[in-house]
Amino acid sequence: MTSEIILQAIVTGLMMGLIYALIAAGLSLIFGLMEIVNFAHGEHLMLSMFSSFWLWSLFGLDPLFSIPITILLMAFCGIITHYFLIRYILKAKMLIQICATFGLSIFIRSIAQLLWTPDFRNVDKPLLEGRIEIGSVFIGQPQLYASLVCLVAFFGLYWFVTKTETGLALQATAQDRHAAEILGIPSNKMFAIGWAIGLGCVGVAGGMMANYFFIFTDVGINFALFAFVAVALGGFGSIIGCLYAGIIIGLVESLGGLLIDPSFKLLYVFVIYLLVVIYKPQGLFGRY
Amino acid sequence: MKILTVENLSKSFGGIHANKDISFDVEEGSILGVIGPNGAGKSTLFDLITGFTKPDAGKVKFFEKNIFGISPDKISNLGVGRTFQKLKPFADQTLLENVMIGAFVKEKDIKRARDRALEIIDFVDLIEKRHHFAKELSTGQRKRLEMARAMAIDPKLLLMDEVTGGVDQKTIPGLVELVKKLKKTGVTIITIEHNINIIMEISDNVLALDQGKRIAFGEPKEIQNNKQVIDAYLGTFDAA
Repeated sequence: MTSEIILQAIVTGLMMGLIYALIAAGLSLIFGLMEIVNFAHGEHLMLSMFSSFWLWSLFGLDPLFSIPITILLMAFCGIITHYFLIRYILKAKMLIQICATFGLSIFIRSIAQLLWTPDFRNVDKPLLEGRIEIGSVFIGQPQLYASLVCLVAFFGLYWFVTKTETGLALQATAQDRHAAEILGIPSNKMFAIGWAIGLGCVGVAGGMMANYFFIFTDVGINFALFAFVAVALGGFGSIIGCLYAGIIIGLVESLGGLLIDPSFKLLYVFVIYLLVVIYKPQGLFGRY
Repeated sequence: MKILTVENLSKSFGGIHANKDISFDVEEGSILGVIGPNGAGKSTLFDLITGFTKPDAGKVKFFEKNIFGISPDKISNLGVGRTFQKLKPFADQTLLENVMIGAFVKEKDIKRARDRALEIIDFVDLIEKRHHFAKELSTGQRKRLEMARAMAIDPKLLLMDEVTGGVDQKTIPGLVELVKKLKKTGVTIITIEHNINIIMEISDNVLALDQGKRIAFGEPKEIQNNKQVIDAYLGTFDAA
């Protein structure tokens, strides 16, 4: 095995890891804010990919240009999810919360299958096509741009949460809802904003992935699983933890597949998850 | 002028009267001390006034506006601040960020909110700790942090739950002085306090509760000689 092949695997893992990181950041933000795990996160990713697909299919909008629309649609979906489901289960027992979002995932997937059938679809001839060659490493342009857009979105999210008034209010609500409320911060509005941003992140990732992934109703399942692992590894509620965790997962998946056996690449990721749960349950940067 | 009027406020939890028919008013610019043994309903009263618990009956008027049943964030926006008995700092954020979050209520510009927060942090004598995370501060410093954060919303009325509770004897005089300094800024204060001597020292009026009921209301001297209050505390004020 040559060093070029290993380098190729590292680059591929890094690019995928950045996408995992952004998907996980959305999940982590929602969990950090209200301690609810969105088990429908994969289905929301699927919806964002379908949004890009249909905007291309029906209106001829390339996924690259439909990203803002997809983000807005997903943010709206987040607000709807909060106001029609989540706010009713905020004070419910954890099992009820799990059942609610798990039920939401089944509901969304079933509706999608009913409306769009389980067929595989793809965006034909997107603007981002082909690959570039840097030295001995080949990089697919859609993958490269997707990872770069996700990285920019990730740092945009981090800046928003740590440096803006709304971001600080989100953090305050996440840490102590009552203390935030007595400072005039409406927690219900913050939760809705959290859902909008969380699913907006998924909108960015899904929109970019629509350039090079097949789009079908079960597409989100594996990504959601990786996002859960990334959130656990990075630390529940930690956004920056998701970046490190996403990259680690991307690299483990890619290098594990290359160096050991590609058919077990999912296994390597879940071994990491188990190790984290056993030896460092609070994750790398978690507060829980 | 009356800043707060509470009329026949009642709240029960599963048949137990946490507050029953409580009435009193607070003059603008004064300090009202709230005393009572454990379980008397003092913190519940604060929860009812600040909207964290919905009353079963009664009225709460802030500057003649009925705030009965309004959410805490809206009550806060009217100018009612609060600190908690069980401290609630934003532990993963710095002291400065904690206070800035409060300052944003009145000041949307980040630089001005920061300047205002620094001014308040200086007022509570914690300026050298401004970049420390809240979780790194001592209990006494966290009490000051909560006061600073509450002040950042520019409250007309500030409810403080056990300012000197859980701190060592050396820290208490500094906190009492801070409450007095706060009063001089013109803010009206309602404070729950277990240390009766402190309550008598700083309060203009005292409300005494026992088993959810008002047992006395008046100037500190009257309260000091009230038999029901003495009975409730099972002793003398000096002993307390």
